[in-house]
Amino acid sequence: MIEMSLFIVFGAAAVYGGLVMVLARNPVFSALGLMLSMFSLAIFYVVQGAHFIAAVQIIIYAGAVMTLFLFVIMLIGVDRAVSREETLPLQRPVALGLLALFGAGILLAGRTAWIIAPPQGIGTASGTAEVIGDALFRRWLLPFELTALLLVVAAVGTVALALWRGNDKAEGPA
Amino acid sequence: MIVTPGWYMALGAVLFVIGMAGILLRRNALVMFMSVELMLNAVNLTFVAAGRELRIIEGQISVLFVMVVAAAEVVVGLAIIVAVFRRRGTASVDALAELRG
Repeated sequence: MIEMSLFIVFGAAAVYGGLVMVLARNPVFSALGLMLSMFSLAIFYVVQGAHFIAAVQIIIYAGAVMTLFLFVIMLIGVDRAVSREETLPLQRPVALGLLALFGAGILLAGRTAWIIAPPQGIGTASGTAEVIGDALFRRWLLPFELTALLLVVAAVGTVALALWRGNDKAEGPA
Repeated sequence: MIVTPGWYMALGAVLFVIGMAGILLRRNALVMFMSVELMLNAVNLTFVAAGRELRIIEGQISVLFVMVVAAAEVVVGLAIIVAVFRRRGTASVDALAELRG
């Protein structure tokens, strides 16, 4: 009963945040809508017993990623009017039709085949930091190390992009 | 009423479609990028729900890896957007038309 109440309230909040993100004219409102969605998903993670994931969701997504987004939005200017006119003919009706088709398709498929396997583990998959760490550092150690490599590559690439001056004036048509 | 995993899957599907709509309908590179993040979050929700139903921890491990990849992607993607903005003075993807056939 509590879970259903939470699902209704925060499900509506998540969908509303997503809609605000897509429809808002100002990118700052888009970022705030996305933040609302991410907080709602963190609530769902707590409800489903994924406590560590919920904490990481708040810290990484709602904290770091959204701060980065807001920083870039402020950096490239929020006062300029974002025109939403569509240059491609038929893009909007075709896109909306395909989206409706896709949404109906996955919802219909979900009626029959969301989860076809029986429960494989024993007990509940409670996602405390202890359980997550145990799985991460024993069974999934190599993928974990690879994410470290990925993060180093991303950091180096970002620094290279930020330092790259190139010959901006020479070839840019703008 | 009990919230079955199907409810979470349906919510994830709705959020995924909303993110897809953002990609298809908006022309601001930042908003499109945020839409990608929403789609990743929707899939994370389905991972957690499925892992809970199957009673395995790997669903949450997958979410952790998706989050790491998404964080790296955000850093690099935003750096690219800023670089494009510095060169062109706009964040609209319509302005990047060099490869027009």
